Amino acid sequence: MAEAHPVGFQWVMEAKRRGATIIHVDPRFTRTSAVADLHVPIRAGSDIAFLGGLVNHVLSNDLDFREYVVPYTNAAAIIDERFLDTEDLDGFFSGFDTERGHYDPESWQYDGTEAAPAAGQRDPAQDTGPHGSSPDGGDSKDLHESAASESHGSGGPPVEGKPPRDETLQHPRCVYQILKRHFARYTPEMVQEVCGIAPEQFRQVADALTHNSGRERTTAFCYAVGWTHHSVGSQMIRTASILQTLLGNIGRPGGGIMALRGHASIQGSTDIPTLFNILPGYLPMPHAAQHQDLDSYVEGDAGKTGFWGNMRAYAVSLLKSYWGDAATAGNDFCFDYLPRLTGDHSTYNTVKGQIEGRSKGYFLVGENPAVGSANGKMQRLGMANLDWLVVRDLQMIESATFWKDGPEIATGELVTEEIGTEVFFMPAASHVEKAGSFTQTQRMLQWRDKAVEPPGDARSELQFYYELGQRIREKLKDSTDEMDRPLLDLTWDYPTEGPLHEPDGHAVLREINGTGPDGRALSAYTQLEDDGSTSCGCWIYCGVYADEVNQARRRKPHWEQDYVASEWGWVWPANRRILYNRASAAPDGTPWSERKRYMWWDAEQHTWAGSDVVDFIADRPPDHVPDEGATGPDAIGGQDPFIMQTDGKAWLYAPLGVADGPLPTHYEPPESPIHNPLYRQQNNPSRRKLDHPANPINPSYSEVFPYVFTTYRLTEHHTAGAMSRTLPYLTELQPEPFCEVSRRLAEERGLTHGDWVTIVTARTAIEARVLVTDRMRSLRLGDRFVEHVGLPYHWGPNGLTTGDSPNDLVNVTMDPNVYIQDKVGTCDIRPGRRPRGPALTSYVEDYRRRAGVDTADPTNGRTEG
Amino acid sequence: MGAKAFIELWPVLRQLRGADKLGRGSAVMSSRSEHLRPRTTTADRVVDSVCPFCAVGCGQKVFVKDEKVTQIEGNPASPISRGRLCPKGSASTQLVTSPTRETKVRYRRPHGTEWEDLDLDTAMDMIADRVIKTRREFWEWEDDEGRRTRRTLGIASLGGATLDNEENYLMKKLYTAMGAIQIENQARI
Repeated sequence: MAEAHPVGFQWVMEAKRRGATIIHVDPRFTRTSAVADLHVPIRAGSDIAFLGGLVNHVLSNDLDFREYVVPYTNAAAIIDERFLDTEDLDGFFSGFDTERGHYDPESWQYDGTEAAPAAGQRDPAQDTGPHGSSPDGGDSKDLHESAASESHGSGGPPVEGKPPRDETLQHPRCVYQILKRHFARYTPEMVQEVCGIAPEQFRQVADALTHNSGRERTTAFCYAVGWTHHSVGSQMIRTASILQTLLGNIGRPGGGIMALRGHASIQGSTDIPTLFNILPGYLPMPHAAQHQDLDSYVEGDAGKTGFWGNMRAYAVSLLKSYWGDAATAGNDFCFDYLPRLTGDHSTYNTVKGQIEGRSKGYFLVGENPAVGSANGKMQRLGMANLDWLVVRDLQMIESATFWKDGPEIATGELVTEEIGTEVFFMPAASHVEKAGSFTQTQRMLQWRDKAVEPPGDARSELQFYYELGQRIREKLKDSTDEMDRPLLDLTWDYPTEGPLHEPDGHAVLREINGTGPDGRALSAYTQLEDDGSTSCGCWIYCGVYADEVNQARRRKPHWEQDYVASEWGWVWPANRRILYNRASAAPDGTPWSERKRYMWWDAEQHTWAGSDVVDFIADRPPDHVPDEGATGPDAIGGQDPFIMQTDGKAWLYAPLGVADGPLPTHYEPPESPIHNPLYRQQNNPSRRKLDHPANPINPSYSEVFPYVFTTYRLTEHHTAGAMSRTLPYLTELQPEPFCEVSRRLAEERGLTHGDWVTIVTARTAIEARVLVTDRMRSLRLGDRFVEHVGLPYHWGPNGLTTGDSPNDLVNVTMDPNVYIQDKVGTCDIRPGRRPRGPALTSYVEDYRRRAGVDTADPTNGRTEG
Repeated sequence: MGAKAFIELWPVLRQLRGADKLGRGSAVMSSRSEHLRPRTTTADRVVDSVCPFCAVGCGQKVFVKDEKVTQIEGNPASPISRGRLCPKGSASTQLVTSPTRETKVRYRRPHGTEWEDLDLDTAMDMIADRVIKTRREFWEWEDDEGRRTRRTLGIASLGGATLDNEENYLMKKLYTAMGAIQIENQARI
């Protein structure tokens, strides 16, 4: 955190000054480790084993916060008797379809609930009926592939009703007991075997965590998005969630799990997604198998308990903001104008489609996949096979110049004159040359005013897309083709300003906020209607323009506010700073303790009180019991703090919505030097492979690729480098690429500090200077050592500081929930520079042959039967 | 200047006698450095902004003189950053004033070996034409199982995490109306 989010880290240091214990878990020793109380080196990719060990420690010693766990979580819920755990099936849960490589979650449900009809409607990633078929008989495989788990970004998936509960937590099929059995073998000894963490150190972490949780104290987890870069990434984060929930650290001040995301508005671009599987506000993109009209689209949610019960209002309001007057009740509010998914349309699959000639036009907008995406060769091969490519950036990035100086030109795999891609480089406006809002990592929107005009041809994306839309609409204006109706009926008329006639960002934000029947800006998403009388571009952002004021532009200095600072920027939803904050009070509505007072029930005023906006229905008393059969928000009980979940509880066990199991389970990365010590099943059985000859996987436990490599950031550079390798200050601070290894590894391979080395995988080989350092530890796992090669990934051939791209080494094997690649792999490392030209190709080919990479099925990794 | 006055200008003496015992301030100033003024004080205006690098969201103050950015500093009023910026945030001035920034449209024709110049208006028009053509060429009313899809798989997009919410909104809106679904950004990577 000190490396990649230095200014955020000041708050960790503030906490330390006030007595907090800081623990840093990371394969490498960093600036964070240097000031932490405890640095815990861990084998890359083994986090579930470590966190699972902590869960086991809490459960086997009765250290959970029982007064929190029983009322606020689903620990008491009883699960279907058909459910079988990975302990029963040696690494599989019940319901695995070996042919299709995915789960049917029917047996994971709450006991006695009607799982099938409810399960799939908003969640095509899950099978919805018996025998893995969807309601209309469509192939469930492509439903699975549409990454719908992500549509739970602002709330859980819908389950039918509330489960039977055993609040003594003794029922053998209650979640608490299932959890206990599931993690029972995650002992300190096992943690050592899997992660390389000594039992004494594990004990120190366990004690620090449990001593610092409960009524009087809370513990926070911070992770950077390296946690998402695993074929079990979602489940790693879920393990932390389980631990934090058991310890009562969710919804309380000083608690939580904080994702330290890496781009200025990566949260915003998820909320208002430039993502294939969701629409604004985490509404799913419709799926061709299930969603042919509005009724079927909202069916899974309509009438359910919790706030997703109003999904029809959110969807209709979005359609109104897209198609305005053209969207009427009579035409299903233009629902049919929405394109439908049929499977995985994520970036890596799209690149495969480009290589295979199925996708010919490509926009790159402030993103540099030739350096920043896994398996850079696939990215470049894809771009070399387009009809046209539009690159919008500040600097001349590698993704714009691959056709003349990419690594494949040097090896002869690509020839400039043979590449037919037409490339438009469109200079972009910088952050000070346009007005607009970023959403930072705590869901806070902050408006930037414009300082100066952009230089030359540089334009904002707002202007580029607005004018592109205008031109397309103008060219098509006489079309009578039905396929053009969505473009022609689109509301696409924004006021412009300034010498460049730029669209007014305030007007766009106001459209995102939404307006009511009187044309005035709405102030809360609870005002949204499903009859077409309201429009709203992103329901969770409703309120950012309340009272016709750009709330994201608020700048009241922190010294004029309390520590919640609710008048700086605006946080979705409803300017709420801590989510689930009803849980900051005990079930009876009183604060858990004076020290941790945050929100509480004020019986006199009959309202929830505190500095924040309560994440609850403001006047709903703690003793409220909903009527039998109540739906939507009416069904939320006074002690159901997790109001986006249909049962109002935090899910220790996920009966639905997670593609690879209701509980996290340790599997080895797709490439690993060791056998999985916990189960016979080596890898995540649901992991998503990308089958392509350019994506070969190193066989696991191979002596040819004996070392683990992992990639990471440096303080002085930014992701794929366009914003840092081009700047003199940052280049001076961090002037060239390098890799880091331990002394033991250096000795084993004869590497000399400061010299060139070559790092090789089945994808390619790269070179860098080697830093031989105690910052990288040799980890002892049982009777063997595991060594890491650490690789800062920022470099490429362009800019002021140049070098080979470590992401060229990374294979594409993805988490089945979110389709993010696993950044951990195996490699060899040798002294000296890599071969040049065609010799590089044959060098890597020789490695592939020696390691026995399966040429018929290069992605199988040779780990299963 | 008399000898005494001259000697009293000697920095060591000033350091020993004056308030600046560590020699990091007034004691070591020459008459030139004494009269230097930070360029922030001569700005025509100061504009509120936010750091464009990571997602912490540190507050920035942008100093502008003669319609040029002269300096970018941390905003002390921000409850997130309290005025601090990291090395990257502190280099923001270079980010926006970089001499290697591309400010002209560049065009590479199919099979071309070099960049060419292209007028912005022409480029915009060519891109619009290509979108219309590829969209039509790869248009799909139904998939191979006869299910209505109303889309094109011919056009894809990557990027958004460095952009504004308003920009992402227009992108998704336009792409969706085009029927393009392969719209992705760094959140997947």
